[in-house]
Amino acid sequence: MIDKSKIVWRDVHLAFAEKQVLRGINLNVLEGESLVVIGGSGSGKSVLIKSVLGITKPDSGEVIVDSQNIVGCSSHEREAINSKIGMLFQGGALFDSISVWENVAFGLMQTGSARGTTARSRAIEVLGRVGLDKTVADLSPSELSGGMQKRVALARAIIDEPEIIFFDEPTTGLDPIMSDVINQLIISCVRDLGATAVTITHDMRSARTIADKVAMLYQGQIIWHERVSHLDNPGNDYVDQFVHGRGEGPIQMTIRQ
Amino acid sequence: MKLFSGIGSVVLTFLAATGRVAAFAGSGLSHCLRPPFYGKQILRQLIEVGFYCLPVVALTTLFSGMVLALQSYTGFARFSAESAVANVVVLSMTRELAPVLAGLMVAGRIGASMAAEIGTMRVTEQIDALSTLSTHPMKYLVVPRIIAGLTMLPILVLIGDIIGVMGGYLVGVYRLGFNAVGYIEQTWNFIETLDVVSGLVKAAVFGFIVTLMGCYHGYMSRGGAQGVGIATTNAVVSSAILILVANYVITESFFSK
Repeated sequence: MIDKSKIVWRDVHLAFAEKQVLRGINLNVLEGESLVVIGGSGSGKSVLIKSVLGITKPDSGEVIVDSQNIVGCSSHEREAINSKIGMLFQGGALFDSISVWENVAFGLMQTGSARGTTARSRAIEVLGRVGLDKTVADLSPSELSGGMQKRVALARAIIDEPEIIFFDEPTTGLDPIMSDVINQLIISCVRDLGATAVTITHDMRSARTIADKVAMLYQGQIIWHERVSHLDNPGNDYVDQFVHGRGEGPIQMTIRQ
Repeated sequence: MKLFSGIGSVVLTFLAATGRVAAFAGSGLSHCLRPPFYGKQILRQLIEVGFYCLPVVALTTLFSGMVLALQSYTGFARFSAESAVANVVVLSMTRELAPVLAGLMVAGRIGASMAAEIGTMRVTEQIDALSTLSTHPMKYLVVPRIIAGLTMLPILVLIGDIIGVMGGYLVGVYRLGFNAVGYIEQTWNFIETLDVVSGLVKAAVFGFIVTLMGCYHGYMSRGGAQGVGIATTNAVVSSAILILVANYVITESFFSK
């Protein structure tokens, strides 16, 4: 099974100053699989995917992409790895000093694979794929609603047809209808590209819609990793409490008196 | 014992901060020498620093030259040395006032905006997004600003020198009754190449300091709007202090006998 793995975290530890965020993460994502990682706020879910992108560096352990350990790799190797990855950030992270189409085509123009009018028409084509017409192409990101910004960010993540796509809380802050639209777009983009996807979310509806498998991160460790069909009967009290959103259970929220 | 540990902690914090700034400066300068170069970004920053700071530098140096002529006239009149006004104006403007005032004005105008812009990009994950789009944030954000500071501040100071001397001339001739040709002749005969060159060297150093501090504090900012506000304040305050310290060091190296 290991030879089919696209991404593997092996005994990954990571701390920020005194705070231990990841405490020996062991997780693998198979090629073409859609994995959803759930867990409480501040449990280290974003850090997990940022360790693949090289934005955070593990203190120990291995992060393996396509059978290559990428911890401590050179800047050229990092560039090659990141060129395989698309990322949808939680807030969109669109560059507000440039237009919508320049945001979408940014990666293409930086790598030199398209420029000028070619890049613009490619950007408009991908905007169409996420349900936005060409009238938004010349607008500034600040002129768009939250849902439209998420779509633009999704277009930017998929324009280079990446092998791996990370979605960091793609439906946070959106209304239920727009959330469903984004979920469907994620499913179709991942299916069309045949990409491996890792999604971080608190939204159980979203998790059920887009996941093949679900993993739960708790106190810096993966405590559960199963197919999405097991989500309603997980056989794990922590997952059960989280999925059903109960205040009572083994997960205790720290509330200052 | 508590006193010693307090002093030690302050010293260690200061040394750590100095080390971080030095490493950031080294990285920024080394990226200035290595491709790729982002021409559009460099041009944008050249305009931002060179063009948009010109009015504030011109006004500051104009009124400084005017006040200097007026003050030195009233002072020198006490021992009948009024004829030295033109000499004092040109020497003060080229060696000290134009570079220091331009440096401080640019720190307020540009250093603050750089820290705010880059800081906002940091807290909204735009800098992380750059890394994922095959773009080195240092090259894309920091290098264009450092190049603009290094090249544009000497030009601003040269213009400030001329405007400052003109301010002294206007007050000298139209307010104090100096002979116009005599004032210009005296200025021209008194000024030496070293006076101007030392001012331009200072300007380049101050330009580096302002852009470095703006970028560094923005790049390292954390924690949302408050973090960006702190970064902006720190960028201006640290720039102003470093400009005054560097001014003394450069003056010492140029003019100490």
